[in-house]
Amino acid sequence: MNYYEIIFYVFAVLTVVSAGVVVFSRNIIYSAFALLFTFTGVAGIYVLLNADFIAITQLLIYVGGIMILLIFGVMLTTNVTNVEITTQTLKALPATIVVAIVSALLVSTMVSTKWAVKDPISVESTTINQIGELLLTKYLLPFEIASIVLLIAMMGAAFLARKN
Amino acid sequence: MLNNYIPILILMLFAIAFAIVCVFLSKFIGPKNPNPVKLSTYESGMEPVGTARQRFSVKYYMAAMLFILFDIEIVFLYPWAVAYRKFIPNTVYYALIEMSVFIAILLVGYIYMIRKGALNWD
Amino acid sequence: MITELIITSTIKITLVIIVILTGVAYSVYAERRISALIQNRIGPNRVGPAGLLQPIADVLKLLLKEDIVPAKATKPIHTLAPMISIFVALCTIAVVPFGDSIHLFSRDIRLQIADVNIGILYILALTSLGVYGITLSGWSSNNKYSLFGGLRSSAQMISYELSMGLSVVGVILMTGSLSLQDIVLHQFGWKWNIILQPIGFITFLVAAFAETNRAPFDLPEAEPELVGGYHTEYSSMKFALFFLAEYANMIVSSTVIVTLFLGGWQFPYLQTFGLPPLVVSLLQVFTFVIKVVAMIVFFIWVRWSIPRFRYDQLMNLGWKVMLPLALANIVITALLIAIFRS
Repeated sequence: MNYYEIIFYVFAVLTVVSAGVVVFSRNIIYSAFALLFTFTGVAGIYVLLNADFIAITQLLIYVGGIMILLIFGVMLTTNVTNVEITTQTLKALPATIVVAIVSALLVSTMVSTKWAVKDPISVESTTINQIGELLLTKYLLPFEIASIVLLIAMMGAAFLARKN
Repeated sequence: MLNNYIPILILMLFAIAFAIVCVFLSKFIGPKNPNPVKLSTYESGMEPVGTARQRFSVKYYMAAMLFILFDIEIVFLYPWAVAYRKFIPNTVYYALIEMSVFIAILLVGYIYMIRKGALNWD
Repeated sequence: MITELIITSTIKITLVIIVILTGVAYSVYAERRISALIQNRIGPNRVGPAGLLQPIADVLKLLLKEDIVPAKATKPIHTLAPMISIFVALCTIAVVPFGDSIHLFSRDIRLQIADVNIGILYILALTSLGVYGITLSGWSSNNKYSLFGGLRSSAQMISYELSMGLSVVGVILMTGSLSLQDIVLHQFGWKWNIILQPIGFITFLVAAFAETNRAPFDLPEAEPELVGGYHTEYSSMKFALFFLAEYANMIVSSTVIVTLFLGGWQFPYLQTFGLPPLVVSLLQVFTFVIKVVAMIVFFIWVRWSIPRFRYDQLMNLGWKVMLPLALANIVITALLIAIFRS
């Protein structure tokens, strides 16, 4: 094993174990807190895949934004009525079927895809230049549509605020 | 170059080690005589009333929500800003207009938000 | 090859951490002396000559104090929160260049811990992690003052993160790269970004004050109403870690401001003077240190001169003034580049 494989397994274990805590913890606070480490682990794996910009985006948006919202939400709801909010197992059978289908799909994709494997050191420096150029040329339409999606979300948020 | 990230990883390990050592050092060195009054919640010398974990203003939640939306917008601006100079001789005005349209659409949402008072804190 | 990388960067990291921790100790001392000067007092002058050993005495005192965790607190998170704060504060320095490169022991050593291509974004991402230390400490203490301090602070930090992120876009437009070394190299001669990006500089500076929770933005620990704010229920080394993180953040923000806007380690036209390379390298590091110290003194000076904002004023400034200003700066910069370069 070289250094990068060891680092990969560290991040992979971090991601999987903390994801496990998110699912299995009975205390919603610890679930939310563990999700923080899941997102961070995923960011580390992106770095190992040389997707530096995606890794930073993962940190900026998921860890720095969405997790704050989640933790605020948890803080708003727990202990309000002095009742510990815990997670329960509901509808075990349908859940098992859905999980089985999804994991079968994932495994089949994993096996059937021809993964392009490159030596990690030989890959070029950064992806952000290409992302920038492609956003303004080939993928201009999705880029502008993204702004409209954001606009709609913003209007929704403003609408919610007005009601309160 | 992935090798550039190795020093960051080492620094992170150093920082984690430093934090752990500091926290546990005081656990071992400092005195330990807890009593119920010392361990009670501080409330300016009064008996604590109820729990601290009560409902708080939804405004904070709103701020976090709006933050995510603008954060995503800003993330789109970085690749554009990096690539901007590559368009300089011929197509630079296209690049400028494309981004201006993106910002203008979001500005509409921003103005709507201010009009609806989503950002009023008083 | 990789072992050599590990060894050199471990040495660099150890040195940088020692410099930062000493810097923290003496910025606390400087803060106390300067505030005393401003308020016509004497300040600490008993421990050692002119009170210079005061920081060491303070650390020893905190180390010997009892570590009190309130009975109602959520213990694991209460312990983790100060660790997150100090982790973020120490890790941010990784991408800041404190010199070009120095020729020692027959090899070129880059005066930067890690030159990654997404340098600025790394700093912004870590800054956004800084919110957790404060929010989680506020919540886990189960104390009303802490909770309000933590909440206010997290809303404040995320609001100003936006204008910080936007003012960085102007700098990226000037350079066309996210690497901090490139940004410094681009500011040769008189072309400092403070001259080319004045609006961006002001918005970034204000955002940096808000991100480090320094006055006039120190709402999270507004003493008259919130006692100690988010760290009301902290004592001993855990409190010391928050204190350390606050000052380390101030130092690191100063280095980032210097790097992005004040020419980093560049001394105007130093390369043209014909000095030996080693002297040039050392002078550049020295220039960087002087600029950073000046910035820290500025931080302290502002804290003891300007009164605290009211919370609604603070949020209005962030969302209704800084955000549009930073956006306008981007559009104007892009337009000017398009006009003058084509």
